[in-house]
Amino acid sequence: MRIEYFQLIDRILDLNMEEKTISVEAQVPKESTIFEGHFPGYPIMPGVLLIESMAQTSGWLLLALMNFERMPFLAAVKEAKMRGFVAPGEVLTIEANLVHEGSGYAITDNKIKVAGKLRCNATIMFTHIPFPNPDLRGHMDAMAERIGFPKQALLP
Amino acid sequence: MSSTFDQVATIIAETCDIPRDTITPDSHAIDDLGIDSLDFLDIAFAIDKAFGIKLPLEKWTQEVNDGKATTEQYFVLKNLCARIDELVAAKGAGAS
Repeated sequence: MRIEYFQLIDRILDLNMEEKTISVEAQVPKESTIFEGHFPGYPIMPGVLLIESMAQTSGWLLLALMNFERMPFLAAVKEAKMRGFVAPGEVLTIEANLVHEGSGYAITDNKIKVAGKLRCNATIMFTHIPFPNPDLRGHMDAMAERIGFPKQALLP
Repeated sequence: MSSTFDQVATIIAETCDIPRDTITPDSHAIDDLGIDSLDFLDIAFAIDKAFGIKLPLEKWTQEVNDGKATTEQYFVLKNLCARIDELVAAKGAGAS
């Protein structure tokens, strides 16, 4: 994770275009100023960042399903459960699957697991629009490269 | 079997916490019921699921923005229900 840049996903483990699922990995930093305040003497990953991690995971899935032609944006967190604490240094496996593909919006289910055990889950709604400018598209392409996005999985 | 309007009105009432008896076929979802675009996505999701269709919200929005259609054509509930019936019929025709 590069928390300071809000880039929370480290690498893509699996992308299944037929099943419309994705699995990614993200390691919580061992040290961050965030943990100095959340909480002193008892550092845990803030729930909002866990939700954002799930949203970014779904974002990569939606980018893939829309062939990198449209950009998803977080619209609503339908339900989110923080089932256990996440500590600095832990490695998260985040899974997402498409629940519904509407016109201009999509809904996904998401789970965060640590060592196979569920820590958080959420249902998240996104709106999506054509990329608003080439800069953002270029940035997402670079990010995709950095996290090992399997571009070969996309439509030609 | 309930009518399309009854199903849609129930969805709106439950999704947006609007009293069911205030929702009529002539209600405008935006102007009369005060439903905003994000809440309408929840309604669209529920309608998509209930009727097995995909409301073409982007197309409708584009038509309104381009001045080719009015919001009344799509967001007055009796008109919305007519569009839903058309989509359901088209789906049925496509499946046969």
